[in-house]
Amino acid sequence: MYTAPFRYLRPKTLREAETLFRESADARYIAGGQTLIPTMKQRLAAPSDLIDIARIPSLDFIRREGNTLLIGAGTRHADVAASPEVRSSIAGLAVLAGQIGDPAVRHKGTLGGSIANNDPAADYPAGVLALSATVKTTRRAIAAGDFFTGMFETVLQPGEIVTEVAFPVPRRSGYAKFPNPASRYAMVGVFVAVLDNGVRVAVTGAAPCVFRASEMEAALARDFTPESLSRIAISSDGLNSDLFGSAEYRAHLVGVMAKRAVAAAML
Amino acid sequence: MTALSVTVNGKAVQAEVEDRTLLVHFLRDRLRLTGTHVGCDTSQCGACVVHLNGRAVKSCTMFALQADGDAIVTIEGLSQDGKLHPVQAAFQEHHGLQCGFCTPGMIMTAVDMLRRHPSPDRTTIRHELEGNICRCTGYLNIVKAIRAAAEAG
Repeated sequence: MYTAPFRYLRPKTLREAETLFRESADARYIAGGQTLIPTMKQRLAAPSDLIDIARIPSLDFIRREGNTLLIGAGTRHADVAASPEVRSSIAGLAVLAGQIGDPAVRHKGTLGGSIANNDPAADYPAGVLALSATVKTTRRAIAAGDFFTGMFETVLQPGEIVTEVAFPVPRRSGYAKFPNPASRYAMVGVFVAVLDNGVRVAVTGAAPCVFRASEMEAALARDFTPESLSRIAISSDGLNSDLFGSAEYRAHLVGVMAKRAVAAAML
Repeated sequence: MTALSVTVNGKAVQAEVEDRTLLVHFLRDRLRLTGTHVGCDTSQCGACVVHLNGRAVKSCTMFALQADGDAIVTIEGLSQDGKLHPVQAAFQEHHGLQCGFCTPGMIMTAVDMLRRHPSPDRTTIRHELEGNICRCTGYLNIVKAIRAAAEAG
């Protein structure tokens, strides 16, 4: 036994889940649980109720509609990585999902859980932000640029559940990550997307929250090659510094990973 | 306490469990299936890997109640009619273990890997083993054993 006691609940619908949340003293939703359970075992979280939304069928799907790829929030990383639809529509996103954690973690962890948690070193926030996706919840639709607000913080309100993410299908996409060799989290991960209305570059792992690299976006809009990024110096101001790497090291990695992501997108 | 109903190694199991019971503790302490190990207890090492509805998962990183209604296979459920599973036989043949502590998790991960990659090359095998740690650093023979199991299968 490691976690504090809690009451486990498994609602059948999103509506029921939200009602349970409202009626509880201090509930948390659980989907894959690959972050929440380790956090509870360390007693860094001790919810009164755990509301399991992993089995709600309407959250698990991958579907192409016109020029948009819709992925249910409960879809596992392994299913995104292996999906022929994701591979053909947004190759970079399939690569990203296939690099999260390890195979066992990918069999449990979900898209919605990853972005709702917004770990500074998680992979999905980079893909969601670079692809200019729309996050749909039980209450509203939120543009990726408005969704991620800070370290482990999003605009989600208490009880609100992410239901799906709508990704515009880009012309090209690529993701490159330098993983922490122990945790597999991103020391730095860069997602590059060429959309109909421009190039977007999003960086995870480097700072307290995922961010766009606008100078890189401008350079790539002029010339979509790794070389076009050579003269851009990423400032280390505000970047993460810890026992795994200094802010200067991470700034350097942003440039290297961005070039690799562009090269991957050109394939 | 909450009622739990699962299938473990082909047998239906009903039990009352405390809600916070981890799957690995249910398997080890209640069902006495102690082949599934607790190594790091922080979802890094993979000694606790079991199959949940045919997919490898870390049983230290899920609650038993999350598996309600599901089918679980542990290392004890791999052999059939007293005959080792081909992956178990390959680990034995190629000495894919030193102290053996990580072995159940390695084998469960390998069986899941071969389901998805029937003929993996060495790079794929090593990539797929990222969630399993061998403290003896015996990876060379583990990779060799998995490669041999793929060739035999």
